[in-house]
Amino acid sequence: MSPSATHPAAEEHVEGLAHHFTSLEQQHEASRLGMWAFLATEVMFFGGVFTGYAVYRNLYPEAFRLGSHHLDVTLGAINTAVLIGSSLTMALAIRGAQVGKRSAQVGLVLATMALGAAFLVIKGFEYHEKWTGHLMPGPGFDVAVFGAEGGHARIFFSFYFVMTGLHAFHMVVGLALLAWIARRAARGEFTPKHHAALEMTGLYWHFVDLVWIFLFPLLYLIGRHA
Amino acid sequence: MSAHVVPLKTYYAIFAALLCGTALTVWISFFDLGPLNTVVAITIAVIKALLVVLYFMHVRYSSRLTWVFAAAGFVWLVLMIGFTIADFDTRGWI
Repeated sequence: MSPSATHPAAEEHVEGLAHHFTSLEQQHEASRLGMWAFLATEVMFFGGVFTGYAVYRNLYPEAFRLGSHHLDVTLGAINTAVLIGSSLTMALAIRGAQVGKRSAQVGLVLATMALGAAFLVIKGFEYHEKWTGHLMPGPGFDVAVFGAEGGHARIFFSFYFVMTGLHAFHMVVGLALLAWIARRAARGEFTPKHHAALEMTGLYWHFVDLVWIFLFPLLYLIGRHA
Repeated sequence: MSAHVVPLKTYYAIFAALLCGTALTVWISFFDLGPLNTVVAITIAVIKALLVVLYFMHVRYSSRLTWVFAAAGFVWLVLMIGFTIADFDTRGWI
């Protein structure tokens, strides 16, 4: 039995189409579902930490409020805007691929990387300030600043560093993926019909933005008024 | 299906809405609304997240099957956090 008898379309080669898919649309849909399945595991991964946060904030609301006051709202808000901006450039880069503009894709992916790097630099300044201010959980943590709530405030800062640290790690992975994508875009590998790698990297990048959209109010904005 | 090109002005509008949401959540956090502070902050975050998922992540223009995959993770997350909070919040009742 010849392959062409069962698969007439297999005779003509479609650029970028793997042999086990019948069309680029089907292949693209499979990529998208696979990526969302992965992102669901990421939601669960961060979800565990968010649940832990909810429990401890419920137990020690005053300590979380006091701890939150030591975070820099201005830098946090600027970083939120920077990440939202990087999501915009990412979405526009994918649109660039959809309409077949190669130079726009490369420029926009590089802009996304620049904004992502800016986020990490600002985060670095914040971490440095916490380190010199003795707010890093560990032997150097200054419990006296928080009075009777000192021990519980240390839990808040543990959540702060674990949550923002995991998020920052995801950003670093995202930057590496984007560097790879920028190189492929520069070679003109992404066409209006075939740009799954660019689109899936975009989904990942937007997901990292999503996590920060929740981290910012939950860590920086607790009881600001009091 | 795969080649739905979203108009540029849609992306700019979503970007502007996300920035406004950020400014709004910072501004509101300076007022004392009691327990409502948390409710308002999470509501704004959920709206911003929906805008990102539906427009930037193209779920609005994706197949129904993609909707199911995208929703699954968040549904279980809400269950996990919801039941945990329900437990801790009602322990004082007994």
